[in-house]
Amino acid sequence: MTVVFWILATLTVLGGLMAVTLKNTVHCALALTVAFAGLALLYLQLDAQFAGFAQILVYIGAVAILVVFAILLTRGSDTPREGIFSRTWFAGLAVAAAVFAVLGWAILQSVDALPHETATPSVTVMQIGNALLGRYVLPLEIVALLLTAALLGAVIVAMHEKGESK
Amino acid sequence: MTPLAGYLLVAALVFAIGLAGALTRRNAILVLIGIELMLNAANLNLIAFWRYGPHPEALTGMMFAVFSIAVAAAEAAVGLGLVISIYRHARTADLDEMNRMKG
Amino acid sequence: MQDSMSFTPQLAASSIAQILWLVPAVPMLAAGVIALLKQPRRRLASSLSIGSLAISLLIALAAFGHVLAGWSQGHSVRETVNFSWVQFGASTVDLGWVLDPLSAVMLVMVTFVGLLIFIYSTGYMEHDENYTRFFCFLSLFAGAMLGVVISNSLLLLFMNWELVGLTSYLLIGFWYHKPSAAAAAKKAFLTTRIGDIFFLLGIVWLFAQTGTLLFYNDGLGSMEPMALNGLLVSKAALGLSAATAIALLIFAGAAGKSGQLPLHVWLPDAMEGPTPVSALIHAATMVAAGVYLIARVYPLMSAGGTMSAGGLVAGSTTTALTVVTWVGASTAVFAALIAVAQNDIKRILAYSTVSQLGYMMAGLGMGGVAVGMFHLITHAFFKALLFMGAGSVIHGCHEEQDVRHMGGLRKEMPVTFGTYAIGMMALSGVPLLFSGFWSKDAILASAHEWHAGRGPFYMLVFGALLTAFYMTRQMSYVFFGQWRGHGHAHESPRVMTAPLVILAFFAIALGIVGTPAWPWFRGFLEDRPAAFGFGGFNEPGFLPLVLTSTIVVFLGLGLGWWLYGNKSPRADEPDALEKAAPTVWGWLRDRLYVDEFYGLTVIAFYAWWARVADWFDRRVWGGIVAAVTTSFRGLAQFDRFFDTTFVDGTFDKGCEDFATGGGLLARVQTGRVQTYLRLLALAVVVLAGILIWSSPR
Repeated sequence: MTVVFWILATLTVLGGLMAVTLKNTVHCALALTVAFAGLALLYLQLDAQFAGFAQILVYIGAVAILVVFAILLTRGSDTPREGIFSRTWFAGLAVAAAVFAVLGWAILQSVDALPHETATPSVTVMQIGNALLGRYVLPLEIVALLLTAALLGAVIVAMHEKGESK
Repeated sequence: MTPLAGYLLVAALVFAIGLAGALTRRNAILVLIGIELMLNAANLNLIAFWRYGPHPEALTGMMFAVFSIAVAAAEAAVGLGLVISIYRHARTADLDEMNRMKG
Repeated sequence: MQDSMSFTPQLAASSIAQILWLVPAVPMLAAGVIALLKQPRRRLASSLSIGSLAISLLIALAAFGHVLAGWSQGHSVRETVNFSWVQFGASTVDLGWVLDPLSAVMLVMVTFVGLLIFIYSTGYMEHDENYTRFFCFLSLFAGAMLGVVISNSLLLLFMNWELVGLTSYLLIGFWYHKPSAAAAAKKAFLTTRIGDIFFLLGIVWLFAQTGTLLFYNDGLGSMEPMALNGLLVSKAALGLSAATAIALLIFAGAAGKSGQLPLHVWLPDAMEGPTPVSALIHAATMVAAGVYLIARVYPLMSAGGTMSAGGLVAGSTTTALTVVTWVGASTAVFAALIAVAQNDIKRILAYSTVSQLGYMMAGLGMGGVAVGMFHLITHAFFKALLFMGAGSVIHGCHEEQDVRHMGGLRKEMPVTFGTYAIGMMALSGVPLLFSGFWSKDAILASAHEWHAGRGPFYMLVFGALLTAFYMTRQMSYVFFGQWRGHGHAHESPRVMTAPLVILAFFAIALGIVGTPAWPWFRGFLEDRPAAFGFGGFNEPGFLPLVLTSTIVVFLGLGLGWWLYGNKSPRADEPDALEKAAPTVWGWLRDRLYVDEFYGLTVIAFYAWWARVADWFDRRVWGGIVAAVTTSFRGLAQFDRFFDTTFVDGTFDKGCEDFATGGGLLARVQTGRVQTYLRLLALAVVVLAGILIWSSPR
């Protein structure tokens, strides 16, 4: 347990908390970016450089920007009349707390069985590339297909329908 | 407390925060943000288990996380597209007012 | 009759025998084509019909020539073409056709007379709207009859036989809108069917006994010695041999078709059909089928008798032939008696036909195939002539059929009168010149020689007297005296009179082939050489016989002329005979009450049975059914009660519960995604809790 870990953990959790609690949605998006960055750093801390950089590229570089765009495009509902939380916020909070309780309890139950510090695995990008185009080539292709489909789907869903008055 | 347990606890916390956000926020985009957080928590779990697992050189966990990131990107794109579409349709992103799915 | 013949049979089928099947097939095919024609295609229909029969006539003539050539070279011709039709288990049913003198003669007669009748029909039916249909039926009728003639298998014969029955039904009932025609058709069909049942029984029995229905099959057929000897040995009931019993069953079928005594009732009624049909039925086809059948199975009929070349020894007989003889002779006299007192021109001829068929049967029974068949052939010509002449008269008198409303027609219809007179004299048996004399004389001669009894001879002589008498009566009524009808009579068109002239020629000329001077026909049918010579006249007993029949015929003619000649009685005036003996006349006029007798016995019996069956049906079966119904209804009532009270109650309750539950569950479906997500998460929590809780620590 290093200090770095604790700092990064605190950053991530705080970012997440702010992302779901702040009133201004743009602020929420920014806090989300902070949380994503914290997670990316945690990946690096876990010697998963590739995953970390992918996290930065995909989440911070793409998803966060997308969220900001979506917020901007739905500006009309920016000022909530009945507060930012839904009418059943308490029930939702209770359920979330229960989930955390179960998860945390499960972790604490098995904390003795968890492995300790192990040797740092040396993973190069070349190895990952070989794995991606070797053993994982089929999932890679499927993901490529999925991304294409999602791209097209998102465009079609968000596209202006013809004849729609705007 | 092992490092793995720390990572797992952080992941659980982020997951719970994401869930709470998804369950309590009124704005659809915020709900999506919560869901993204939950996905990231899962990714953190995967990578942590890969790092402290018995065979890290097999790359399994990390690959899983990488694919998960890719899928999450697709999910975000489609989800946000849907939100925009619904917003354009109903002039609101307030989930409390979206109850058309009622049977 | 062939078992003891002196010639070697020619076995291999010649090419003409191979294509013999075309003779019935061509008219049948024409019938099929005509059936597809539209109503207005009248000329095409009649041309097809006549053309097809002309083709058949040509083939028949070729076949006849082939047989004739073989015979004149001194070997008998009997060519068969057999094929296997169905095979079940070890036994096969073979069908086939045969070309022998008998079938060749019949083929020529049927096609020739049929052709003339067809031509005549084009004139007679000219104004009928169902002209096309008529020729369709006519062709089928002729085809079926030709099928009967060429059959070498009793089964194939029976099939065609039934086709003849069917088409006769269709033709007799051709004017089916007339209730009497429809009834006559039905009567003809049902009456012949009674005979056919026995016929079918005979066929089945024969098949069971011999395993084959072929007549001739190189020694293996059912009409050949091997099978016949087997039939003679095996015994049926009442001390009869199987051969006799089967022969009698087949005779029952023939009696139905040929209008022999108990089953003759349909034939006079068949006059309801168009006159060409009457001519066809009475002369060439249907009734001849019965006689032909007996001639065809003559070996079976005569099995067990004392044989000589060409049949039984003259005068001897068998049980079956005795029955045939007596039935034939009785029919001859019986029908002739009725014919005396009829007033419908066609009905007189119809009873005359029945009577003449009796002669043929008696001739077959006593004199063998040649005697019976000779009369069949000559009769076919002059009876067709008479019927067509009668048709011409009816046509000329504007559909009048009652002879009392005619008279003096010899002036208006000279051609019809002349030809009719020839036909009448042929039928009456006016000596020496007319064919009917020679054929009837042959029958009388064989009756005279018959040893089993004198009865048939006297009956037939009496019948001959009656025949001459009633024909004279008819002639007097129709052609002599004063015109008593309505309107003006006229001669028929050329297309109708031309066949009359041709037939009249044959009614005279055919006698030549059967005179004792040149017994050509007999020799041809019995496979004996026939020499020309007058030796036949010198045989003992011949001259007295000829004299007897001549006296009898002239007695009949004179009696008729004395009573009716040139008298032209008024229509409402009683008949000359009626004045003399009103009671007997009444009986005869009412056809000796045979129809009434059937009405009181057979039909009454059936009606009684029907009533019994009806009562039984209503009371016994109906009661049982009603009881079953009632019990089932009671059961159903109980069931319904049970159902509504218990089953439905439970079910309804269950449904209500489901509906309530559904309503409750529907509340969970808020339509808000966050509610769903919350429930999902809750479920995860619960499941994870259970998993962790239950897992071993």
